[in-house]
Amino acid sequence: MENTALNIAVLVKYVPDAQFDRHLTGAGNTLERAESILSELDEYAIEAALALSEARGGEAAGNKVTAITMGPASAVAAVKKALQIGATEGVHLSDEALAGSDAAATSLALAAVVRHLGGVDLVLTGMASTDGETSLVPAQLAARLGLPQITFASSLEVDSSGEAHVATARRDGDIYAETIQATLPAVVSVTDQANSPRYPNFKGIMAAKKKTVTALTLAEIGVEPASVGHEGSLTVVKAAEAREHRPAGTIITDSGDAGIQLVDFLAAQKLL
Amino acid sequence: MSAVVVFIDQTEVSTSPGHPVLSKSSQELLTLARLAGEPVAAVAGEASDELAAALGGAGVSRVFASSQDELTGYLVAPKADFVAQVATAAGAAAVLVGNNFEGKEIAARVGIALNAGVISDAVGLTVADGAITVQKSVLAGSYTVEASATSAVSVISVKSNSVDAEPAAVPATAAVEQFTAEFAPASLGAKIIERTPKPASGRPDLSDARIVVAGGRGVDGNFGPVEELADVLGAAIGASRAATDAGWIEHSAQVGQTGKTVAPQLYISVGISGAIQQKAGMQTSKVIVAVNKDAESPVFEIADFGIVGDLFDVLPQATAEIKRRRG
Repeated sequence: MENTALNIAVLVKYVPDAQFDRHLTGAGNTLERAESILSELDEYAIEAALALSEARGGEAAGNKVTAITMGPASAVAAVKKALQIGATEGVHLSDEALAGSDAAATSLALAAVVRHLGGVDLVLTGMASTDGETSLVPAQLAARLGLPQITFASSLEVDSSGEAHVATARRDGDIYAETIQATLPAVVSVTDQANSPRYPNFKGIMAAKKKTVTALTLAEIGVEPASVGHEGSLTVVKAAEAREHRPAGTIITDSGDAGIQLVDFLAAQKLL
Repeated sequence: MSAVVVFIDQTEVSTSPGHPVLSKSSQELLTLARLAGEPVAAVAGEASDELAAALGGAGVSRVFASSQDELTGYLVAPKADFVAQVATAAGAAAVLVGNNFEGKEIAARVGIALNAGVISDAVGLTVADGAITVQKSVLAGSYTVEASATSAVSVISVKSNSVDAEPAAVPATAAVEQFTAEFAPASLGAKIIERTPKPASGRPDLSDARIVVAGGRGVDGNFGPVEELADVLGAAIGASRAATDAGWIEHSAQVGQTGKTVAPQLYISVGISGAIQQKAGMQTSKVIVAVNKDAESPVFEIADFGIVGDLFDVLPQATAEIKRRRG
């Protein structure tokens, strides 16, 4: 290809920090959005996008990395973090009607954003969000967009020497390691094995202040409010119960026979 | 009774010794399917006589099987097309799949194909008046929620060890029907160009093992004592991310947020501090034993039995003691 530049969309999510206690609240048992951060697993998707962009000349050569998020006003922080790390520009889909979206509604809205942007060669995501942890959205997004799906990639390369961009990825299963190939455009999710994400540096943080974040509403991307949020979701959480703390166990300090005591414990539990 | 389609993947059969023709997790799915309705099997790959007999024993009378090349030549999407089309053909009210990476993705795509709600990471299900309610643990095991699909069909991916696999009270005779799925062009977009089998360990599969012995940073490159204890217990071997990142053991052994979630009868954590990412993968285990040099390790907060000590002393002693007691 004469022009090897890539137009990459990276999906990012603003999630409650798992280092603190997280709580489900309200009638819909939704997650309390306190002490939030960019979902850690999205950093691998951002890194994969930046590496691909840089390998073919970066922004100067026409490569673009757009960080997309959906969520309330505060969620724009995830996009801003992506811009500090190095994304070119940001998109924030925000609409009250989105609240309570399950994977089906989320993938519907995000697919509409990707279509609205147009000309996207590669949609990159993390392997899961660190709050919902379902990993459903990348596969549903690929299905909705009618694009090839390469998920849980532990490595990703794009070859642009031929007629089209061709992505090659590795996926590690339990029984097989697979090498997968797809012609772009495609949806790719990467694992935490794919790369080592960079941190934003001072230059990146300053540069991010000048970058554009486009705010979008559902009306602007042509999505009916009733097709997303609580109303458009196909699942409902009827009840939520905090798991009881495990009762304190027996802790001993080894004074030479802890291995024997361990076996005594297993025998008493009928686990031998 | 409405049909409940269970996806049975015979294209990726485990090479572990003594592995039954119908995997343990498939037997668990069929046990749950019988609770929810009439179990119908969607078999990718060959439905041998032996498999049909095992399915009959699990109460399955209808089997839809496909050995189409696309099912193994491309990633995930063709399997999802197959399952969705079987569900439609069988008039299914629910679809059950395993909860490994591929199972979740099949569930995700079947959900889109059937405009059905998808619930992943299920640990149980109950049925009242024909409606299925799913129990799942969320937020790294800190909450248990009850969820259900509001659509005509429920698509559920179920974790291993969520139920004791049992044969049907009344066995059925499984009639195998060859099924030809139609694949959308985009489903044939991600081609598998190479597939390398991983060496068989000879140990149980980590995802559905009854006992797991897992090592972390504390093993300092030497998994020997962990392996020896695992082998006398007939256990699978797990690892923390620190241990897999260090290259001491392969990544597929990782237990935790970005690895596997396990819920065995017994989890023995060795030289693992027990940060939230690790706990996420194991804290619903029935019994947790921890061995760590550092008395302040968070893992001791969730351990039923904890030993503050050197794993290189404690593990060999325990291994020798188990051998001695068994004579």
